Amino acid sequence: MARIESQVGTRANAFMKWVDDRFPFTETMKYHVTEYYASKNFNWWYIFGVLSMVVLVIQLVTGIFLTMNYKPAAAEAFASVEYIMRDVEWGWLIRYMHSTGASFFFIVVYLHMFRAMLYGSYKKPRELIWLIGMMIFFVLMAEGFAGYLLPWGQMSYWGAQVIISLFGAIPFVGDALVEWIRGDYAISDITLNRFFAFHVVLLPLCLIALVFLHIVALHHVGSNNPDGIEIKERKGPNGVPLDGIAFHPYHTTKDLVGIVVFLMLFAFVVFFAPDMGGYFLEHANFEPANTMATPEHIAPVWYYTPYYAILRAVPDKFWGFVLFALAVVLPVFLPWLDRARVKSIRYRGWIYKTALTVFVVSFITLGWLGLQPAEGVYVMMARIFSILYFAFFIFMPYYTTIDKTKPVPDRVVYHG
Amino acid sequence: MVKTIKAFSALGALLLTFAVYAAGSVELESAKNDPDNVNSLQRGARNFMNYCSGCHSARYVRFNTLGRDLDLSEEQLIENLMFNAEKTFETIEATMPMDAALRWFGQAPPDLSLMARARGTDYVYNFLKGFYIDPDSPTGVDNRVLGGTSMPHVLWELQGYQRAVFSTDDNGVSHFEHFEQATTGSMSAEEFDEFARDTANFMEYMSEPIRSTRRVLGTWVMIFLVFFWILAYNLKKQIWKDVS
Repeated sequence: MARIESQVGTRANAFMKWVDDRFPFTETMKYHVTEYYASKNFNWWYIFGVLSMVVLVIQLVTGIFLTMNYKPAAAEAFASVEYIMRDVEWGWLIRYMHSTGASFFFIVVYLHMFRAMLYGSYKKPRELIWLIGMMIFFVLMAEGFAGYLLPWGQMSYWGAQVIISLFGAIPFVGDALVEWIRGDYAISDITLNRFFAFHVVLLPLCLIALVFLHIVALHHVGSNNPDGIEIKERKGPNGVPLDGIAFHPYHTTKDLVGIVVFLMLFAFVVFFAPDMGGYFLEHANFEPANTMATPEHIAPVWYYTPYYAILRAVPDKFWGFVLFALAVVLPVFLPWLDRARVKSIRYRGWIYKTALTVFVVSFITLGWLGLQPAEGVYVMMARIFSILYFAFFIFMPYYTTIDKTKPVPDRVVYHG
Repeated sequence: MVKTIKAFSALGALLLTFAVYAAGSVELESAKNDPDNVNSLQRGARNFMNYCSGCHSARYVRFNTLGRDLDLSEEQLIENLMFNAEKTFETIEATMPMDAALRWFGQAPPDLSLMARARGTDYVYNFLKGFYIDPDSPTGVDNRVLGGTSMPHVLWELQGYQRAVFSTDDNGVSHFEHFEQATTGSMSAEEFDEFARDTANFMEYMSEPIRSTRRVLGTWVMIFLVFFWILAYNLKKQIWKDVS
């Protein structure tokens, strides 16, 4: 017996050697999985990166199956979605997973970004990880926007109408640009067709490529941790960081626990509240696009509303567009705006803690305001919270300099 | 942990305010319908095919799906519901030609497959009950929840005609107060409420036929995930034993 086993073992080894001589398989697995060391004191804020990957996979797989049955034509799109919902075997499940996945994508990505702000994950030496991450976020916004047109409901049509026409605010080239994006004088079959191409080919390719780069950059410098301590600076005699544990099997098994919790929330929405009260699937989108009738109240899907509220808070169309774009882009500069000596919120002073709280409250309130009609007290509120939103970034170099920080320990805090 | 719970309850409260603000402008009476009540759905299907499908299509709804979900045999479908369809795989089409409808009413009656999902079941219920006499309207009636509707009061034989009583406030804006019966129909007010409730219930079913299936399946999925979580949690604990 022992002889046979060892023979099998030898054969497997010989096969791996054959592969490894031609492709760095074992080396790559070690570098990225079994010998990638990340801090042992990750808390649950660290689950949102892997959850973003889980949602990406859900969207890709369900997206492929939707594409098999969806018709990207103005005359057929709406009916083909209903065909998927009613006549395609398991079509309803695939569609609900995809529509729920879109909202969950933004939930986990927003929380993932917030984690970086909590623990200073964008600071040196992780600036490029942050920049690539912001590019992923921009592509994701475009992906969500293109995808939202595809069901060809009233909100799809009029939401796209409003957002695309924003580009018309750009001086001189605005109108031509809008026409170029739409490919027509109004949103039409042509627009739908090209948005389909963006949504299923161009943007997913960009997403996958950027996610790959995001992880390559991350594994090159190593993950941050809730203490903001560089664990690579303290290594044991074997060259392994003292506070680091291997990604597999430690972090993978821990992530699995979080992934299952996530799947419970996800499944709950898919099976028991796929509309999520009109926030994940808007009621008006159950009416087919009608070019002659505007819905009573047009609001983008919830994940764009913080920026939409900023846009509407400005009385001038052009400057509204500028501030809207600025609000989306500003976080890119965080690594250079933040002058604090420490990374983690655990060792920062009260000023940054207050600023971050104000920022979070502003962002959520703006998100809510973006869903309300732009009238009366809402406009004033949107203006106040827009100012607070920008103030967080603009004054950051100043307040992070004067903020009193606490001393950072040598080793991460970990209670077994 | 306490902090996290606090944060999440704050978020929950915020979402609740969203929901309150999202409510519409016309006050709607709750339909109090039960989408799991198959008898009500069957009555609703009968009402729909007899009173609505003459003018309105439900072109995404197939008779055989209907039969499966509402416990109706093929014979029952053919005899009681399929007035202008030959095969059970056909969808619900309006009897009235749409170009004629366009000429008669100025606009074609909308497809009703998804109406309950787009506007809400309560909206449908209140719409069915909301016709009142308006001498200025070409159809002789208007509707409380959809002012200026071009739909005539097709249920007048059942409900009779009602008058709307409005009150005028200090700013000269008129508000709907209540209805009063002008002529009586073949049904009592309670019977007509039941009629509207069953019909609205059926329209809710039509807007998402898979609803009950997904809830049943969802329960099993949740149970599976709970067991999976226990497994994953213990695996993690086992693996992490040697981390100190």
